[in-house]
Amino acid sequence: MTPLLEVRDLRTHFFTSDGVVRAVDGVSFALSPGETLGLVGESGCGKSVTALSILRLIAPETGRIVGGSIRFGGRDLTALSSEEMRELRGHRIAMIFQEPMTGLNPVLNIGTQIAESVVRHLKLPWRAARDRAREMLELVRIADPKQRLNEYPHQLSGGMRQRVMIAIALCCNPQVLIADEPTTALDVTIQAQILDLMLELKEKLGTAIVLITHDLGVVAETCERVVVMYAGRVVEQAPAAALFARPRHPYTRGLLQALPRADAGSSEQPATRPQLTEIPGMVPALTQPIPGCAFVPRCGFAAQRCAQSPPELEEAESSHLVSCWEAARVVADAV
Amino acid sequence: MSAPVSLEVQDLTKHFPVRGGLLQRQRGVVRAVDGVSFSIARGETLGLVGESGCGKTTVSRMVVKLIEPTAGRIRLGGVDVTGLSPAAMWEHRRRVQIVFQDPYSSLNPRLTAGTIVGEPLENFRLATGREKDRRVADLFTRVGLRPESMHRYAHEFSGGQRQRLGIAKALSVNPDLIVADEPVSALDVSVRAQVLNLMIALQEELKLAYLFVSHDLAVVHHVSHRIAVMYLGRIVELADKRALFESPLHPYTEALLAAAPVPDPARRRKKRLILEGDVPSPMRPPSGCRFHTRCPHADAACRVKDPPLLEVAPGRYVACLKRPAGGGGAPAPGLLQGAP
Repeated sequence: MTPLLEVRDLRTHFFTSDGVVRAVDGVSFALSPGETLGLVGESGCGKSVTALSILRLIAPETGRIVGGSIRFGGRDLTALSSEEMRELRGHRIAMIFQEPMTGLNPVLNIGTQIAESVVRHLKLPWRAARDRAREMLELVRIADPKQRLNEYPHQLSGGMRQRVMIAIALCCNPQVLIADEPTTALDVTIQAQILDLMLELKEKLGTAIVLITHDLGVVAETCERVVVMYAGRVVEQAPAAALFARPRHPYTRGLLQALPRADAGSSEQPATRPQLTEIPGMVPALTQPIPGCAFVPRCGFAAQRCAQSPPELEEAESSHLVSCWEAARVVADAV
Repeated sequence: MSAPVSLEVQDLTKHFPVRGGLLQRQRGVVRAVDGVSFSIARGETLGLVGESGCGKTTVSRMVVKLIEPTAGRIRLGGVDVTGLSPAAMWEHRRRVQIVFQDPYSSLNPRLTAGTIVGEPLENFRLATGREKDRRVADLFTRVGLRPESMHRYAHEFSGGQRQRLGIAKALSVNPDLIVADEPVSALDVSVRAQVLNLMIALQEELKLAYLFVSHDLAVVHHVSHRIAVMYLGRIVELADKRALFESPLHPYTEALLAAAPVPDPARRRKKRLILEGDVPSPMRPPSGCRFHTRCPHADAACRVKDPPLLEVAPGRYVACLKRPAGGGGAPAPGLLQGAP
């Protein structure tokens, strides 16, 4: 299948007084139509910057895309003018942000915020756009949509605001929805509601989703395929089932082992609190060029060549890609 | 049952007045915590879970006496400290320390790490001068920091290291009880494991009692011996962690467990219980059982009758009209002891 969106060797750097921060340093992945792709990693791994780069929302005074391409609909997004990008953004590619309070304009009512995008992109008159806004609120299951249209963000709960954000993102039938930590600020019971809603709407509308999150539980429950990032690079890419069952990169493995599990076989050992496997050390500073693999200082498998040259992202088995010189040893170790 | 009780709270209640209008008259109260009782034994961790606004942070603030309860009692190591003046509290304050969620804002940026960790030692006149420095260096080693880093400032440490500083500071006065309010919520997974392992190791070594407050069920499950689930200012269920996770009795506990994402794609998309709607405002809690507005099992009685927290099996407490106890159930006494 031809990918809907293809990111190839993307590099986004920030120019700070401390030096050049290589926030995204050679990221590649593809998104198929209607697919849910998880982009996971810890703070500072570059997952949000990747999303902002795709939408060309990197503030030009601090950073820019210095290399690579982003193919979408036969065009390279990195080469488009800002006017062309504006046509695309919120129309063909839409985004939901983490913080539903700051993502909405506090002085405009909900109806206006949904309708303005419809007026701009679908060229509908205001009255029709308001109708469309009401339909969208119904779609995201907000009770009493007609009345809610006239309310302001502060009158809504966190979960409802995130529903409004989803309504705005989906009102122009985008092909791609980028959701950056859409449920991180929400309570678990509300998170479950929002994730279910997103998946249901995806089925209904055929939108492909890039879900950015640090929560491996959320990924396991929602994504078909997963891209794992570390220090601005992709370390592993695989179908969700394969990634959780047979992680091939030492970092992915470490992450999964470091997770406290409420579902782990507690019946056999009621009172024990098994030690969690730690990943020693911390993420490297991205201001220094990293010649080899970025995970070397924290990796139990690191060999000499790991520190010298960066491993390529290679297919280890069908559609399971890993970027590790010692991948074979990692797999052997797991058995 | 034999371990001595470190903390005991009984009918703890906190109502915050809401003022408004021209004359700032009181317009209502937020019933943040409404009659909460539990106890923690020496060496035991009680996990306190619930969603935002359920009152879990207010409970933790009252336990360390950062705020005064509206009603109820707090006993630290058998001593009733409710309503003690700050001066009278002074000699008891050493017993209970707190570790905050945000390792970025809870450390003074103008002080060196060594000063921060050593400050309680001076405040409680436990050590000064060289002796203090020696004890601070010990504390650094104990929490996995290099003693040489004593002279650095908070911003020079990573998030995980700052949380270690917070723990070292809490440990400095040899407390019996540490209240940890979302201590790992701001940390990444790989670092979170380091801090949780450290907290458990310290507990086992020093026989500390923990009140571990968190919204993250997997984390609470990992560190706790017993778990209390709060909803709108009340404890709705309290049990041994295994019992709670394997056979939750309260519908809210059940919903919380069902909603928590599990990192295993094979278990995905079972038809799960998803709660409708939002948590009601604690200013106007629903009549009867506070959970009835979202409860799939609620009936007419639930809208009227407020269920008390009853002991339905040894050490298992639940507040739900739909879960009658075998033999009626005994009302929860203030002292809910469980073996750690």
